[in-house]
Amino acid sequence: MKILLSGNEAIAQGAIQAGCSFYAGYPITPQNEIIAYMAKHMPQKGVFIQAESELAAINMVYGASAAGVRAMTSSSSPGISLKQEGISYIAGARLPAVIVNIMRGGPGLGNIAPAQSDYFQATRGGGHGDYHLIVLAPACVQEAYELTQTGFDLADKYRTPVMILGDGILGQMMEPVVIRRQKTEDRRQKQPIKPWALTGCKGRKPNIVKSFFLREGALEEANLKLQRKYEIIRKKEERYENLFSSDAKIILVAYGTMARIAKSAMLELRKEGYKIGLIRPISLWPFPVNAFRHPSSVIRHPSFLVIEMSYGQMLEDVRLAVGGRQQVEFFGRSGGGVPTESQIMNKVKKILS
Amino acid sequence: MKKTFKRCQSLYDLPAHYCPGCGHGIAHRLVAEVVQELGIREKTIGIAPVGCAVMAYDYWNFDCSEAAHGRALAVATAIKRVHPQNIVFTYQGDGDLAAIGTNETIHAANRGENLSVVFINNAVYGMTGGQLAPTTLLGQKTSTSIEGREKKAHGYPLKISEMLALLPGVCYIERVSLHSPPEVLKAKRAIKQAFKNQINNLGFSLVEILSPCPTYWGLAPKESLDWIRDVMQKEFPLGRIK
Repeated sequence: MKILLSGNEAIAQGAIQAGCSFYAGYPITPQNEIIAYMAKHMPQKGVFIQAESELAAINMVYGASAAGVRAMTSSSSPGISLKQEGISYIAGARLPAVIVNIMRGGPGLGNIAPAQSDYFQATRGGGHGDYHLIVLAPACVQEAYELTQTGFDLADKYRTPVMILGDGILGQMMEPVVIRRQKTEDRRQKQPIKPWALTGCKGRKPNIVKSFFLREGALEEANLKLQRKYEIIRKKEERYENLFSSDAKIILVAYGTMARIAKSAMLELRKEGYKIGLIRPISLWPFPVNAFRHPSSVIRHPSFLVIEMSYGQMLEDVRLAVGGRQQVEFFGRSGGGVPTESQIMNKVKKILS
Repeated sequence: MKKTFKRCQSLYDLPAHYCPGCGHGIAHRLVAEVVQELGIREKTIGIAPVGCAVMAYDYWNFDCSEAAHGRALAVATAIKRVHPQNIVFTYQGDGDLAAIGTNETIHAANRGENLSVVFINNAVYGMTGGQLAPTTLLGQKTSTSIEGREKKAHGYPLKISEMLALLPGVCYIERVSLHSPPEVLKAKRAIKQAFKNQINNLGFSLVEILSPCPTYWGLAPKESLDWIRDVMQKEFPLGRIK
């Protein structure tokens, strides 16, 4: 079945199909369609709460997840800042959860235009302590629908919070989405059992959900457990798309909506005879370092051009992945500015000249 | 000789880590006894606060969760909505419930969440070293009100229970004290009432317990109990508020 949805609605639809039965949120633009969609479409056995604040919303998700159900909250940049304390607790208590950030311009109240300036916050943990979220960045409405479902699976699999990171354009634009009901049924049946969840201690020892470890060495132990999990995630969960990189002299690197504009620029440039490729990271954490190991079979040392709706955040991960072996250039705009196709093309031509 | 009193199953047999004369040990026991007597141990889920009682789950023999400082009622709201058949309660101090968590407290109460709240008011921040709390009395000396709480600089003791009583979603509020054995028995009755209300789906119930903190009141344990009786309960009168 194919239906027309905005990115925000597709995320909400994906969540419901993934078996999300608890949603708490607080209104903020440009993600309001998510909260409205969840209010309207949450199945009868599920729980929808419009919380009194972002803090309450994320802590409700903590509670629902501790109670053993698939839970989600969504917001946009300033609201995500407010949620950071709760996200840190969720990571520390090893709870699964899905958090959606439809990014807008910052810092501060910023504006409601699309931006990608929360990359650092998303990929470095965001709150206090040594932790990571799995961060997935869809580039179209169909992918927003799919990755939200993947997000719930990964969250349960690794008992870790997962962030769906989009921007205002992705959230607002409408595209046809293929809805796959059968896959949803399979997914629901495959939901893991959660023996650690709080359900009342009938027939078992009490379960405790906590992130507080006071005894000497206990917190270090808990941290090492997290780190071992992150090592597995780094090895297994890299996701990216690679287009025309094998013969490219310059490889564009962009994620989310920005990758679509970069792709248009790349196709135009190739029409003009320039050998240009594109790497689109889909998982921002773990960052797909393998995409940068041997991107080209023909060109020994392609250059990279990182394009972002920020002033160079993913740029740092690309530099780390490349490890100084190749040239890494950058072009970015933020605060509502979006790099255009022609600006990208001009930048490429300037590098090549 | 016949055994007439014993530790209940809902309470582990452990030495408490609290300071001598602290009220938490008594309050923990009262909660455990109520859970036991109502026969709900296997379906009870407790939410421990951030504060001295953060490790309450070390003493209670039933499912528990921590919550971030002030967020216990948001966490409890979600757990209860997900598992309406379970009995969910929070155990919170005055800083947790009436300062950093005021928003969560008011809104959970206003939604009429079917929860039970055990609110420990000892007029001070204990775990962090005795700072001014929202419930600190006027004139009471703390590490952050060295000359005593002064209304111009610090405002007045916050009567959150009376404030919450205004909300239609709230079904029951009572203020009790731990300063003497009869008062302890009354406290237990009030806690039991709050849990019964939840079992009967009546909505939000809160029991405020005036509880001694000898360490940060600078008083001996016995003097602390007398201070509740002679001073603290004048500001925070005992009895049914709603």
